[in-house]
Parts: sequence; C-alpha cells; structure tokens
Amino acid sequence: MRAFTAILGRDLRLSLRSGVDSAQPLIFFVIALTLFPLGVGPSPEILQRIGVGVIWVLALLAVMLSLDRLFQADAEDGTLEQLALADLPLELIVLAKCLAHWLLSGLILVIASPLLALLLHQSTETAGVLAFALLLGTPVLTLIGSVGAALLIGARRGGVLIALLVLPLYIPILIFGVSAVEAEVMGLGGSAQLLILGAILLAALALAPFAAAAALRLSIE
Amino acid sequence: MFEAHNLACVRGGRSVFSGISFSLEPGDVLSLQGPNGSGKSTLIRVLAGFLTPVLGEIRWDDIDIRSSLPEHRARLHYVGHLDGIKSLLSVKENLAFTCALNGAANGALDRALEVFDLEGLIDTPGRFLSSGQRRRLSLARLVAGERPIWLLDEPGVGLDAASRQRLEQAIVEHRQAGGITVVATHGDVAVKQAAVLELSG
Repeated sequence: MRAFTAILGRDLRLSLRSGVDSAQPLIFFVIALTLFPLGVGPSPEILQRIGVGVIWVLALLAVMLSLDRLFQADAEDGTLEQLALADLPLELIVLAKCLAHWLLSGLILVIASPLLALLLHQSTETAGVLAFALLLGTPVLTLIGSVGAALLIGARRGGVLIALLVLPLYIPILIFGVSAVEAEVMGLGGSAQLLILGAILLAALALAPFAAAAALRLSIE
Repeated sequence: MFEAHNLACVRGGRSVFSGISFSLEPGDVLSLQGPNGSGKSTLIRVLAGFLTPVLGEIRWDDIDIRSSLPEHRARLHYVGHLDGIKSLLSVKENLAFTCALNGAANGALDRALEVFDLEGLIDTPGRFLSSGQRRRLSLARLVAGERPIWLLDEPGVGLDAASRQRLEQAIVEHRQAGGITVVATHGDVAVKQAAVLELSG
C-alpha cells in the first residue's frame, strides 16, 4: 500500500510540477470545443444536436493525447526497471499510474464538462447526465490506453500508432456514452447504457492492468 | 546461495555469451570483467530477471528464479546505466520514492544519504545534479532498503576517488552483512577477495 500511494503521489507531483503539461488535456478539450460553434455556426439547434457527441469525441482525443506520458518518461530514464523490482506487483503499479493519469485528465474533464455542455446549448439536465456518463467512461479510456501506451514504449512516432491502436477500442465507450445521454434526454431512461458503461469499467479495471503489465515486462527486455 | 548454471544468451540473433556458471555464497563478490560488448550488462540483466537466458538456469537457494520471478526481483537491487532520477524531484524525494518502493525501514533514507554523502544536496532538484552526483544518488538506492543481492553495472563511471571509496566501503559492509554482490567493472572499483569472471565476448 505504501508503494502504491508513493507511485500515485509521485506521478501527481511530477505532473503538477511540469506545469502546463498537466493542464494539457483540459486546454485541448476547451480550445477544440470552442472551435465547433465557429465551424458549424452558432445556431442553438445544431449545437444542441451535436453537443453531446462532440464532447465525448473530444474527451476521447484529450485522454488519448495525454497517454504518451504515462510510461514513456519512466521507460526512458530507467525508472521502469526500478518499478519492476519494487515490492509491489507490476499490475498494481499500472493501476496506481492509471489512477494518477485519470485524476489529471479524465476527472478534470468530468468537472469541466457541465460548463462546456452549457456552452453548446445543452440543458442542465443533459449536462448532469453527461458528467455522470463521463465519470464512468473516462477511467476506461485511461485503462485501455495504458495497454496501448505500454505496448508502444520505445516506438518512435508513437502518437500516430497509439491512435491506431487505441481509438478503435474506444468506440464502445463512445457509443454507449452518447446514447446514455440521449436516451435520458428523450425521456427513455439511460440507465441500461450507464450500466453497460459501468460493466465495461469493471472489466477494464480487472483486465487492463494485467495486459499493460505484461507489455511493460516485454519492454524491459 | 546464488547460482548460475551454464547460462547462454542470444540477442538479435547473435550469441552474447554461453557456458557461464558460478556459485556465490552469502558474503561473496563476483567481479565481471571483459572488453566492451562482451556481455557484462546483458549478464547482469539476465541475473536480474529482466532477460530470459536461452539456455541454463539461475537458482537462489536451489529454486529456479523463473518459477519465482516476483520474489527474485524483490530480493535484489539493480543499478544500471539509466539512473531513474526524476529531474523535477529533489534528491530527497527521489530517494524517498525508492524507499517506499522497496518497503524500506524508517531511517534507511537518512542512512542512504549519509553513505553516499548526499546530505548537502537533499533539496537539489534532479536536473541540477552533476553526472557524478546522479551516479551517487542512484547508488544510494542500494542502501535504501535491505536486499541480499546487489547487481551493479559499471557503478564506478563518473565517480571521483572519494565516492569510489564510499562505494567500495558500502560493498564491504554489504558482504559483511551476508549480502551477495555482482559487479561489472573495468577495474575502477576494487573489491578485495572478489571472484573474477572473465567474459571474452
């Protein structure tokens, strides 16, 4: 447990000290979002219709763009070897690093999302459901992404490759995330979709650390 | 007892070494020697369990490490070419992180700072350290958490004479406490009564 909190604390501290690095997902999210009213026109009907989808797609991209710093720095400076020798199984180390990553990417997007939803002319009710769906969905983005990030350690041009590897796996999250909000807004009740999101989260929590840890062990060779 | 039996390793289709055998009792030091590219670093990584040998086996107390890899990794310290120092963390924070990872007892941090003369640098961020200071910080990990096996890959690189002596003294204390040390060196770190394994490449 001590090692777990040490890794979590260290990753948070490193991100916060690197300044703008830690705000990168949020900055990307906000700036890209403000482009949409400029691109498709400011009419409320259009923005209302596309708003939820736009926020979800941008959340996927924002999390994905920040994945490269999950393991890459540790692999380059040799910290990964030290982590492999720690008293803690590599699977739990992955989990600690994912938690730190999510707190500074996914969770921040969840907190910012209601405000940005209002910016896209969504109702307050929609904004609430959207934030809840993001709360269930963004940890999965980090967890699935950790497998891709671990596999691509040392790959040059990792950014493009990680999109190829990870974005297709994000599709279920996008589909259920958007349809949960839309069903809720139309009065159909989105609880089925939210339950599926929750189930995906549990499955990712159980499986992704093992896959990522296996990839990390290969990268140490 | 730490034993290797008939180890062979292939990297990139090329045989790096073969037929390596040794047996180390508590308190023993094995010095790996040989020219550049003779496989010293690779052997050390094999002993750490990072690489799997194509042939042969490594045993600790008669148990093959492949069947107990997590336990094996938790009983060794490895200091390699990459120092694992975070430039944004201070010396003390870097070392405290290692202590937490190793499950080190209280006081290990202060002792590690003392053994490698880092007390004056505790608040210095990693990015302001000289290469010798970085090397001392990565060596200080050895003392931050007691583990029976030390695997050192050219630990003397970049160290001044006084620091080398500190390292040699640390190795002596480690072997007096019953620890095993395997050190790859070009002769800059002198350890008395060390077994020598010559790798020819």
